[in-house]
Amino acid sequence: MQGQTVMADRVNLLRNKGAHNRSEALIRAILLLFALVSILTTAGIVAVLLQETVLFFREVSIVEFFTETRWTPLFASKKFGVLPLVNGTILVATGAMVIAVPLGLLSAIYLSEYAGERARKVLKPLLEILAGIPTVVYGYFALTFVTPLLQRVWPETQAFNALSASIVMGFMILPLVASLAEDAMSAVPQSLRQAAYALGATRLEVTLRTVVPAALSGISAAFILAVSRAVGETMIVAIAAGQQPKLTLNPLQSIETMTAYIVQVSLGDTPQQSLAYKTIFAVGMLLFLMTLVMNLISHWITRRYREVYE
Amino acid sequence: MPDNLEIALSVRRLHVYYGDTLALENINLDIPARQITAIIGPSGCGKSTFLRCLNRMNDLIPAARVDGEVLFYGQNIYDPRVNPVEVRRHIGMVFQKPNPFPKSIYENVAYGARINGYKGNLDELVEKSLRAAALWDEVKDQLRQSALALSGGQQQRLCIARAIAIEPQVILMDEPASALDPIATLKIEELMRELKQFFTIVIVTHNMQQAARVSDYTAMMMLSSENTRAGTVIEFGPTSQIFTNPRDKRTEDYVTGRFG
Amino acid sequence: MNGLFANENGRFDPRLRQRLYYGRLFQAFSLAAVTVGLIVLSVLLLDILLDGYKWLRPEFFTQFPSRFPEKSGLRSALQGTLWMIGLTVVIAFPVGVGAAIYLEEYAPDNRLTRAIEVNIANLAGVPSIIYGLLGLGLFVRGLELGRSVLAGSLTMALLILPVLIVAGREAIRAVPQSVRQASLALGATQWQTIRHHVLPYAMPGILTGTILAISRAIGETAPLITIGALTYIRFDLKGPLDIFTVLPIQIFNWVSLPKAEFQELAAAGIIVLLAVLIALNALAIVLRNKLQIRW
Repeated sequence: MQGQTVMADRVNLLRNKGAHNRSEALIRAILLLFALVSILTTAGIVAVLLQETVLFFREVSIVEFFTETRWTPLFASKKFGVLPLVNGTILVATGAMVIAVPLGLLSAIYLSEYAGERARKVLKPLLEILAGIPTVVYGYFALTFVTPLLQRVWPETQAFNALSASIVMGFMILPLVASLAEDAMSAVPQSLRQAAYALGATRLEVTLRTVVPAALSGISAAFILAVSRAVGETMIVAIAAGQQPKLTLNPLQSIETMTAYIVQVSLGDTPQQSLAYKTIFAVGMLLFLMTLVMNLISHWITRRYREVYE
Repeated sequence: MPDNLEIALSVRRLHVYYGDTLALENINLDIPARQITAIIGPSGCGKSTFLRCLNRMNDLIPAARVDGEVLFYGQNIYDPRVNPVEVRRHIGMVFQKPNPFPKSIYENVAYGARINGYKGNLDELVEKSLRAAALWDEVKDQLRQSALALSGGQQQRLCIARAIAIEPQVILMDEPASALDPIATLKIEELMRELKQFFTIVIVTHNMQQAARVSDYTAMMMLSSENTRAGTVIEFGPTSQIFTNPRDKRTEDYVTGRFG
Repeated sequence: MNGLFANENGRFDPRLRQRLYYGRLFQAFSLAAVTVGLIVLSVLLLDILLDGYKWLRPEFFTQFPSRFPEKSGLRSALQGTLWMIGLTVVIAFPVGVGAAIYLEEYAPDNRLTRAIEVNIANLAGVPSIIYGLLGLGLFVRGLELGRSVLAGSLTMALLILPVLIVAGREAIRAVPQSVRQASLALGATQWQTIRHHVLPYAMPGILTGTILAISRAIGETAPLITIGALTYIRFDLKGPLDIFTVLPIQIFNWVSLPKAEFQELAAAGIIVLLAVLIALNALAIVLRNKLQIRW
């Protein structure tokens, strides 16, 4: 082809290939490494927990762990039944849900269906503040304000008790439930609402009989995520719920949760090779698995309902 | 085409696939140097896709696959040893919607030169490029101000100044005036006629009158047949011939407005 | 409501007035739900303010904790918090931003990328005390860093990493494609495009996200207790391998002591903690508004 020799010596496309490619590849590799930290973290958690848990179960039988009804690893006569701790965790979490779910759902309904734009802009961030307060502050509040209040109503309430922690935890989790439920409800297409209105439904009926049922899976996912949060919460229960693991349904009594137990041992001077040290990892492993399962279920539900609308 | 015409880009057996779907079919074309070549055709026939092949911007789309050759002064830009970054240094692009960087006017023009290691006086380069883009007089006192404060037409001329600052051989323009008002459009067209002294210009346009006004050569693109979504070049030649005496009936139908 | 259809053929009984009444009732209830939450918030803040304000004097910030309430202060706690946050940011920021850049700009759509994303999503939901156990096993014992502020910072860095990455990705995703294309068309490499255009554009969002991650880290107690941050430190923090305490742990310690004055000290400590958090969040909001590229 004529004419190409005029430019060919001024243009050389193969000029820079080495330097550019190498430095770009290096940068990409470093960034990939940073991204892999997440996988390494999960691997690390599993490895650390597993290692000590395995060592633990060499000395304590799994059967005892899951069936014994007493947890006294730090006493002279050691019993390693985890059920009291699980009981304490579930008791507090249930109480928290009793507060967070109705209040959270109602708040979400108010904010998404009734509140005007200006009201939303103010109320929503205010509610979010509840979620931003450090849990140690909530623990203080539970111990020094809520418990005395409870004792005035029910004098048999112990100084450390599950109810106080539950109530306070409920308000901490409320914004989470509210915002996830609101997301679920706003994902419901306007067309559905309009169809209901067009049939002469009142706003209440549209909300309760059309929107909420349509958003039910999203709301359930929110619920499960909130439970997971409550189960993993530590400081409120460490401060206000007590250090007496027991199997009870009475929320006015002092109990101990899985998380509070880990704190209790960490505050002490437990030697590394001792069995007590290993117990916190065994309990931690159980806690990790419980929250993992709940989170996975919640995400699975969320993914499924998102597909339904697309 | 006359024999002594210098050819800037030579497209040979170009096919483009998006995943498994053929998008461009067997394009063969010689784009003359320092002339304005317009690519026209109905929407959806792949004009922009074709343009983006000429500076390997299609590489950025993971599902896109390019077969064939594009010879830039004899060198195949799709040679596996060639880094697309190098290609784009020589074959620049101006986009449909002006996209100046959110930086100052000066910095916009200087950016390309900086990263390509310009060794000369940056101030002079910026002034020269802005003059060549017919923008200098309007912005010479506000070089440090934000480029986003300019009007649409000015922003597009800034993008042109930015492109020519790195002294490419070819400038690709993807419907450069379609987002602009008629007066700004005319300014861009005037600018193109001046720029072609130094640069080969390939412009995609859906505006036939613009193609007729401004270009020296025209390539007519269409879907290659009725049951395919693949586009191809059905005719290519000097603009005057394409518009007054096209050889292909489909071209004639299109330029006379019978469809499209 | 009678009127237009007053003499309907009797097959419908809409009872609209009653239904609307229930509607208004429900609306009041749901508003009450919102208000209850806000009331509890106010009561909480007021209670703490009243309990603790009288301890907010200069000595409170300069004294170490002590057996005597009047001689106790936040000196070691504040030092520990500052060191911990400083180290955490230094560690987590590059890793978090780097990971966000990789996921948004480089990552192909394959199994590895999806695995990374699934992991990040999961890690965000892991209870913070589990991170403490990780830190205990990996940094305190494994890397033999002891109960040092470095071990604590590494642990906290892992904790806030998912938050940072999510915020970073959003900020980077908000950068319009046209800017990237313009840069690449000039012959810039991918990294040059990111460094000169994407990152500066995304930085306000990234910084805001970082500040929010920091405010989360400042309030965290459980993981640091687990890795062994002590509750009673009476000397200045001099280096990253020193043992340490932080503000929320000091609060926790005071709350657990029987004397009433210590409870009040705890409240005072909480006031300081909340003040810091408010300042940080305000900073984040100001930053987001001021730095947003509109120019």
